[in-house]
Amino acid sequence: MKRNLSVAQGVAWRTLHNVFTNPSLVIPQLAFPLFFFTAFVGGLSRIHNVPGFHYAQGYTAFQFVFVLLQSAAFGGVFTGFGIARDFETGFARRLLLAAPHRTGIVIGYAVAALCRWLVTAIFLTVIAFAVGMKVGGSGIDLPALYVLAAIVNSAAVLWACGVAMRLRTMQAGPVMQMPVFLVLFFAPVYVPLNLLTGWIHGVALVNPLTRVLEAGRSFVAGSPAQVAAAYGAAFGLAVLFAWWAMRGLRKAEAAG
Amino acid sequence: MDHPNTIEAEKLVREFKKGPRAVDGIDLHVEAGEIYGFLGPNGAGKSTTVLMLTTLLPPTAGTARVGGYDVVHEGPQVRSRIGAALQEAALDGLMTGREHLRLQAALQALPRNERAARADELLERVGLTEAADRKVRGYSGGMKRRLDLAMALVHRPRILFLDEPTTGLDVQSRTALWSEVGRLAREDGVTVFLTTQYLEEADVLADRVGIIDHGHIVAEGTPDALKAEIGRPTVEATASGPDGRAELTEVLERFGTLVPSSRGVAVRLDAGEAGLADVVRALDAKGCSVANLELHQPSLDDVFLAKTGRSLEGHGGDASEPE
Amino acid sequence: MRTMADQVLLLAQRSIVHTARQPAAIVFPLLFPMLLLAVNSGGLRAETHLPGFPTKSFVAFALAVPFIQGALFATMNAGTDLARDVETGFLSRLSLTPLRGAALLAGQLGGVVTLGVIQACFYLLVGVVVGVRPAAGIGGVAVLLVFAAMIALAFGSIGAWAALRTGSPEAVQSLFPVFFVFLFISSMNIPRNLISTTWFRYAATANPVSYLLECVRSLIITGWDGEALLLGFGIVTLVAIIGLSLASYTLPRRLAR
Repeated sequence: MKRNLSVAQGVAWRTLHNVFTNPSLVIPQLAFPLFFFTAFVGGLSRIHNVPGFHYAQGYTAFQFVFVLLQSAAFGGVFTGFGIARDFETGFARRLLLAAPHRTGIVIGYAVAALCRWLVTAIFLTVIAFAVGMKVGGSGIDLPALYVLAAIVNSAAVLWACGVAMRLRTMQAGPVMQMPVFLVLFFAPVYVPLNLLTGWIHGVALVNPLTRVLEAGRSFVAGSPAQVAAAYGAAFGLAVLFAWWAMRGLRKAEAAG
Repeated sequence: MDHPNTIEAEKLVREFKKGPRAVDGIDLHVEAGEIYGFLGPNGAGKSTTVLMLTTLLPPTAGTARVGGYDVVHEGPQVRSRIGAALQEAALDGLMTGREHLRLQAALQALPRNERAARADELLERVGLTEAADRKVRGYSGGMKRRLDLAMALVHRPRILFLDEPTTGLDVQSRTALWSEVGRLAREDGVTVFLTTQYLEEADVLADRVGIIDHGHIVAEGTPDALKAEIGRPTVEATASGPDGRAELTEVLERFGTLVPSSRGVAVRLDAGEAGLADVVRALDAKGCSVANLELHQPSLDDVFLAKTGRSLEGHGGDASEPE
Repeated sequence: MRTMADQVLLLAQRSIVHTARQPAAIVFPLLFPMLLLAVNSGGLRAETHLPGFPTKSFVAFALAVPFIQGALFATMNAGTDLARDVETGFLSRLSLTPLRGAALLAGQLGGVVTLGVIQACFYLLVGVVVGVRPAAGIGGVAVLLVFAAMIALAFGSIGAWAALRTGSPEAVQSLFPVFFVFLFISSMNIPRNLISTTWFRYAATANPVSYLLECVRSLIITGWDGEALLLGFGIVTLVAIIGLSLASYTLPRRLAR
């Protein structure tokens, strides 16, 4: 366990060092969620007036939850890009050679992704409050939202890690990104679930992220709902993709 | 007017903004049908010279005429007479070898009915017929270089520029390329300007060699003439034990000038080859224990060393006593 | 002249073949906008209940977006390819031939425009399949395809300029977020008059992309709206002139001859 942790620490430190000393990596991770937040809140706030749209905290808070979860998910994917790059440049082989316990490598990447996302989350939260986001609920509800988002981040990085370790090339980028994009946008992004109609309502119903999103919004509203389903969905995805990532690691080891 | 297939440069200079003078006033004259080897270490100015002579980089000062045309003022005419295979193979990974040649033929305005045949001819000549319809991204380094050469020859240029054409190639590919370049010069009368950092390549291929260092030509002539300038062979001795080096140095110093050696002690013999016997006798008389004794004839590296105080091939470092 | 035309055709062919051999370069510009259309049509359908929304069909409203998005992706791909030619030295190889600089640019852009029109046909076909009927009829469709060609030319020339200026595929791709911002801070998802956030409405009004969207949208939803057509064609022409000027200015420096 101790050896695993030291490997994880090394990998996490290196990843974070590379990211935070490289403006071209830091800036997009902060700018994109901010941009989406601005575009959705600024451009679509009129949707709050659609009959049947009931969300007391306002459209800013409504979209904040989605953007926070989106930043968590894509934060994981961006770390996956870095893993793919490591394989393509041969650095991953160096890690595999040096690490006595290779599970620590995956853990290290996941820890790095989480730390990266926490910076984004703090930044987004500050901006959201600065523009007047209203939050209901107690001091437990909002942290519960962040914990949920952190689990989503871990699930996403483990998914991306599994892809990166199987394909071992930067061209795996779209393979990592597209499914995450689909899962995010086939959820009630712009309006609550009850206002979705047609095929998208059906898809959103079965989408695990819908539970997470609706629960997250309920935390901000101060009336938690679907908490067990949301945490169950998030944990379930994280466990599934942890298995996926470990299998990917074995494949990468076998490939040499 | 029939323009000669010569290359001339006079006080050619290329200076980069906030950077060094990559080429610092070189004079060149390459005769028609000659293979001219331009030899020098990395960063000497070889590729920069080629870029200027092929009109891809304007000189900062000086003049150059290729095929009788000025490189600055008569660029299109220069380009119509030259072919170039530059340092990077510069191929499109998504195109096949055949498509590359056909594109080149079309751009060089070869008649439509000749393009396919010319492509086939060149593919056969460089040994790429079987791989012709595969995408270039699947080619090995040697195959890419051969295709590069074929593309440079599509329009039957009278003057050919080859910038480090065999860097990174295996021995077989290198030999094949040398053979083709030699044939072009001998049979087709093509003037070849070849840059290289490989001594053997310059030695084997070139009719004349120019050695460039830090943007200056430090020596020029046929390989044999340049080596004859240095004249004297080198004897290199390796001591059997760790303590023998000082003794070897003391003995060998009496017979010539010390030169750098990575394995033991080396001197350039004052008396030439005839001095070898005296060296052996002296070592024996002193009771030196010698693991290895070799006589080296002068090489182009020795020429470079003599002119610059450094070895071209990177081992030995600066000479302790300049020539 | 004939030689120039031959050169343009040759390089346009290469540009198209190049794109055809990169599945991601075809699939992404075709499918991703359709995916986003599907997602947004489903997710934003409720918007049609807002008073003043111009149509009952959100698909008809949103169909304009793929025309701009698709041009954006195609531009990135073409710009990246040209930058890669610069980076690998392939452009130097071309410049050693009698190829004219103008032919290089025209050929590159000819390829982008051809692909832009093919994409536009695809988007229209998908629109028709899901029940959209352009209000301006067959004539409107023809005008729309011409407009799509001009959008591809305009964006493509900016991509070409970026490629020639930087010679770096990564630098060209870093333009994507800039274009993305222009696309999102516009009337992409909601009519300008229904944007309630004042600063956003001002930004969308100042954003030329809004007028490109509204031009396409007018042909699909409204019919023949002179003002929208004039603004759309005027702006795309202006962007094309700027892009072509920049690219033409930068090309000789890149060819260095």
